[in-house]
Amino acid sequence: MAQELFKNDNLRLDNSRPLYQQIIDAVKRAVARGDLGPGHQIPSQRELAQELQVNPNTVQRAYREMEYSGLVTTLRGTGTFITSDATILQDIRRDMATQALRRFLDELRALGYSGSEVLDMVAGSIGAGTTEQQKDGDDHDR
Amino acid sequence: MVMTMTDNFPLIFQDVYKQYPGVQALEEVSFSIPTGQIVGLVGPNGSGKSTLMKLAAGLLRPSRGEVRVLGRTPGRWTKARVAFMPEVDHLYPWMTVGQTIDFVSTFFPDWESDRARELLDLLELPAHRPVGKLSKGQRARVRLLLTFARSATLVLLDEPLSGIDPPSRTRVVNGILSGFRPESQSVIVSTHEIFETESLFDRVIVLSGGRVSLDAEMDQLRAGYGRSLRGVLEEVLP
Repeated sequence: MAQELFKNDNLRLDNSRPLYQQIIDAVKRAVARGDLGPGHQIPSQRELAQELQVNPNTVQRAYREMEYSGLVTTLRGTGTFITSDATILQDIRRDMATQALRRFLDELRALGYSGSEVLDMVAGSIGAGTTEQQKDGDDHDR
Repeated sequence: MVMTMTDNFPLIFQDVYKQYPGVQALEEVSFSIPTGQIVGLVGPNGSGKSTLMKLAAGLLRPSRGEVRVLGRTPGRWTKARVAFMPEVDHLYPWMTVGQTIDFVSTFFPDWESDRARELLDLLELPAHRPVGKLSKGQRARVRLLLTFARSATLVLLDEPLSGIDPPSRTRVVNGILSGFRPESQSVIVSTHEIFETESLFDRVIVLSGGRVSLDAEMDQLRAGYGRSLRGVLEEVLP
C-alpha cells in the first residue's frame, strides 16, 4: 500500500525538510493524481514508518494533521481512509496546482521572462488545442 | 492514576559533570527524555557520548550533578530495568542464535519470550546458525533482538551501526523501528552514522567537548535550517 502512495515519488524523503510535512505532501499528491480516491485506505502508521524508515511519531504527527484538516479519517481497529468529501479532495488538487504554478512562475520570472512571454512559451509547448482551453478558462475568471 | 514527573521522563540529567583523571568528559549536561521518543545522541569521537550512555546505564557515577533513571539514582538495579546495548559484543560464537536467546533470557526478569520469537522473524535471523558464522550485520541484529525482547522502559543503543557495512545498515535501522514501542519506551541511540539514522530520531542531542551544543526536535531543526542534520552539524560544531 505504501508503494501505491509513493508511486511517483521514489519513496525517498529529503532530510532537509520536515519529514511529517513530506508525508502529508505525498498523500496529497497521490490524491491529486487520483491514485488515492475517496474512501481509499492508506497504510497503517506502523507500516508506513517501517516502509519509510522513519520514527513512528513522525508518521503519527502527519496522520494527526491530516485528520485535523479532514483529509483522512481513522476508524479504530479498521484503518485510515481518505475522506469521501469531494470538496476537500477538489480543494487539495486545486491547491497543489496553484503551488506548482507559483513555483513555475517564480522560476521563469527569476530568469527575466515577462508574463506574455511565459504565456507564449506555455502555449507553444502544449499546442494549439490546450491554448483554446486556457482562453476559455480566462474568460471564466472575468 | 497519579502521574509523576518521573513517569513521563524515564531519563533525567541535571547539571551533570564527569571527570576522569586529567580529563573533563562531561560538563553541565542537562536534559530530560520523555516516554515515546527516539533520541539521537551525536557528536565527534571523544565528545562524551559513551560516558553519557554509561552514566544512564548506571555503569558510571557522575562527579557532580544528578542522573535520574525512572526517578531513581542509577546503580546495580538499573540493569534489570534498562536495556543497554554496548558497542562491543559479548556473544559466544559457538552458540546458535536460538541458544543465545535462551541463554540471555535467563538474566532478565523483564524478558518476553513471545516478543523474542516475533523479533526473530522481523529481523530475519537464522535461529539454528552459530553466532560465529553470522555476518557483522546479522550479529548486530541479534544484539538488537536481545535488547528489544525486554519490556525495558529505557533502551540505550551505543553505536549500533559501528562496523556495519552500508547495505546492512538499513536492516539494523529497521530492526530498531521493529523493536521500538512508542507507547511505553524511550530509546537513545548514540551514533556518528548520521546519514542512515537521522530519519529515526524524534530529537537530537549534540555533544561537543563534553557539553550539549544542541538539543532540538528533528522536524523543527529541518524547518528552521532547511538542511539535513549533517548540514546543521557543519554549522553548529566548531
